[in-house]
Amino acid sequence: MSNNERQSMKVDIVCVGFGPATAGFLSEISKNLTYDDGSVKLSSRAMPGMPLQIICYERSDDIGFGVSGVVSKAHSIRQSYPDLNGSEIPLTIDVKKEKLVYLLDPHGASSRSAGLKITDKILKLGKWLPWYKKEALELPVIPSFLQKHDGLIFSMGQFSQWAASRILGSGMVQLWPGMPVDKALFFENKMIGVQMVDQGTDKKGEPADGYMPGMQIEADLTVLGDGPVGNISRQLDEKFGLPDDHQQKDWAVGMKMVIELPAHTNLKAGTVFHTFGYPEPEIFGFLYVHPENIVSVGIFVPSWYENPVRTAYRYLQQYIKHPYFRDDIKGGKLKSWGAKSIQESGKRGEPHLAGNGWARIGEGSASTNILTNSGVDEAWETGVLLAQAVEKLAAANQPFTQENLEKTYVNMRRKSHIEEEAEQARHSRDGFHRGFIRGLIGMGLTGLSKGKLNVKTEPKSTHQILKQPEDYFKGRISKERIAELKQQAFSKGLALNDLLMQELGWPEIEYDGQLFMSHQDALLVGGKVQAPNGYRDHVVFLHPHLCKECDNKICIEMCSGQAITPGEDGVPNFDNDRCIHCGACMWNCVKPVESKVDKINIDFQAGAGGLHSAEN
Amino acid sequence: MTNLNVVVCAGIVPDPLQTLDPVQTGEKPGLRNEMMLPHVLDPWAGHALYEAAELVKETGGKLYVVSIGPKAKLQQVMMTIAQKVPFQLIAADAAAGGFSDSKQIAVQLAELVKQIDGLDLSNTLLFGGWESASRGAGTTLQMVGEILGVTDQFQGVDKISLNDDGSFKVLERIEGGKHLHSSCSGAPAVLGWATGYLPEPPNNPQIGMTNMRTIMPALQQAKPADLENPELTFTAVELPKQKRDTKIVKDISADEIAQEIIDWIKSK
Repeated sequence: MSNNERQSMKVDIVCVGFGPATAGFLSEISKNLTYDDGSVKLSSRAMPGMPLQIICYERSDDIGFGVSGVVSKAHSIRQSYPDLNGSEIPLTIDVKKEKLVYLLDPHGASSRSAGLKITDKILKLGKWLPWYKKEALELPVIPSFLQKHDGLIFSMGQFSQWAASRILGSGMVQLWPGMPVDKALFFENKMIGVQMVDQGTDKKGEPADGYMPGMQIEADLTVLGDGPVGNISRQLDEKFGLPDDHQQKDWAVGMKMVIELPAHTNLKAGTVFHTFGYPEPEIFGFLYVHPENIVSVGIFVPSWYENPVRTAYRYLQQYIKHPYFRDDIKGGKLKSWGAKSIQESGKRGEPHLAGNGWARIGEGSASTNILTNSGVDEAWETGVLLAQAVEKLAAANQPFTQENLEKTYVNMRRKSHIEEEAEQARHSRDGFHRGFIRGLIGMGLTGLSKGKLNVKTEPKSTHQILKQPEDYFKGRISKERIAELKQQAFSKGLALNDLLMQELGWPEIEYDGQLFMSHQDALLVGGKVQAPNGYRDHVVFLHPHLCKECDNKICIEMCSGQAITPGEDGVPNFDNDRCIHCGACMWNCVKPVESKVDKINIDFQAGAGGLHSAEN
Repeated sequence: MTNLNVVVCAGIVPDPLQTLDPVQTGEKPGLRNEMMLPHVLDPWAGHALYEAAELVKETGGKLYVVSIGPKAKLQQVMMTIAQKVPFQLIAADAAAGGFSDSKQIAVQLAELVKQIDGLDLSNTLLFGGWESASRGAGTTLQMVGEILGVTDQFQGVDKISLNDDGSFKVLERIEGGKHLHSSCSGAPAVLGWATGYLPEPPNNPQIGMTNMRTIMPALQQAKPADLENPELTFTAVELPKQKRDTKIVKDISADEIAQEIIDWIKSK
């Protein structure tokens, strides 16, 4: 057979993406495919006489290359592995202490409202209070909905490696990283599998040396665990739409660093810090102390943020220089770095969970709790629930129809604690669309009343929220100066954010080559970011004329790897060798092309490569 | 020549894209947090594997991969290579982290080769990496051959051309970017590969599916291998390094830049 013919292969279940949800699914189902004596319990239709043939394809080059700042109650994970011993998994430790901290702005450079500035002044008057430390206020009480006691701090990469090792050790499931999935395959209204990305192509996807068309993997059930920016999930949303009144407008990019602390640090392993107020009021942060003097520290830059300065990297550098953390981190060494998009619409953004031949689990199925900021254990549990549903249907020789999956999987989800808690959290973020203070009040009300009291509003998309620099910084930077800065940024082929921050009075970051370094140098730390040859570019600007018209180009500002840069003709350049696949460009384009599912002018497809660190 | 088999001795190493940091672990040197790092097939061994796969396609023989490493890491590496070419894995479980004695590894690898069911060594080529991307004295493969009594050895190989009578020609790298052309009357022989000329094959799910049916049982059956050598002491270890020396200059001519590069090279 020639390499140019598209081949196909039949299995029973194909999983798209390997994260906590798919790990939960595979962990559960791999235990139940055979009886203790090795005889078949759940029979394969693809390969009669064998147990269900299950295969999972993950886009990134290794199953441990995921990113998340993880502190989790880990209830569901512990149910799957009652013998779970945190010390078996590197970088894992029990949560021992939690702190909720409001960080003040020591530089006066952040964009604070007048009300917040007054609040800060009042707080500074209380410097003698025991809770006031180093330009920060440690809240004496942490609301119960934010507490993670009895939980675990761990690394997503190390946890994924550990879970994958157990799953593969069962010998019942195949798991393949470095395999982006390109298309959902349908016959009439039934999903019949997926098609892998073509290999051996040029950047436009045209056949080149070593061309091999992506294989079609036919399956009775496709399990979608491809996360919040997964292209197969989005193809289903485009085909079926979202359920009535559901919308996915709230997003954030979470960026983190893994830092080896200096010997003099006072940060104790097992401590969790949740912060708000700095570097901008709307940017929440975290710091989790792992064993062996390692911390994960990160921030979330949300979509409901009007500020056109959307650089998570520079803000994260400012964050770790805040006086509250500075002395404990100074002299540390950056070990790793990464970023991801987070779907923050919660229950109101929930897509269809199942259809004929497919089911959706994990973050892409809106399992993340937007009030408690927790998603890993919830994602895992959705995977376990689907596995239990599949076991029931397969044992009864029932097909994976929409009706059957709704009676089993969807019904089990509706009765689960994930559903109950997601319902309570439904409006918890609404208030932030009306300002930071109202957002905090809304979140508090929702959390304390378990969803009975809320500050409600209708969320808006990035392109409806985002302000032009000239409007947002009115009174702080003149239009003429902004025009000059734009010209400077364009001539250097850079984003505008650094220049704007400098103009606003943010202190310059002095690079030491150890902890503080340029954004591009960070791409080389903890496993160089890179993309293999022979794949098409996975970020495509759909309508170049819209890019030329766009004078905001927030896709460049927000790009977590500086992979999107200004282009000569007004259409941004994309360099897949720098892309870390966070998907932030997907929700930061301000040029909508279709209102149905908030489709914008950037097509974010599945691609190979990206981060190469297993410590994030 | 028909049914010529190839055995590839393939080491696994921490992904060279990671920051590798030598540290003292007990009495011997190791790499910091090595078990946390993702592992890959040593890139040099990778070239040997892809060349071997092409060769057995031509001869109709069988391709074996022999590897020693921690089971969990071998399992992880198999996920990244088993979709590329069809092979049979023969593995031993060992804490092969840090810096091991190449002789002990060679002894264990030779034992694994001897245990391959029905393998006729006289009709087999022994492949491996000429060097290692992250560690290795460059002597392991040579010793495996010696232990197995295979005396025709070629190192730094970029190409092999088989003749119908079983003899073959080999291009070995020598100084000045040139190749040494050698002829060999036939198997058995040891070939330590440089980069070769073949690109990395694409991932083929069908190959992966078939390979995994034998790889997982092979890993489950992997016996422990003892790599300790109490007589060995390390005086120093060093990792291959890519040094970067960046300088930003403006307004100097191409000739001046070229001269500076020449001076820098001469000074090294």
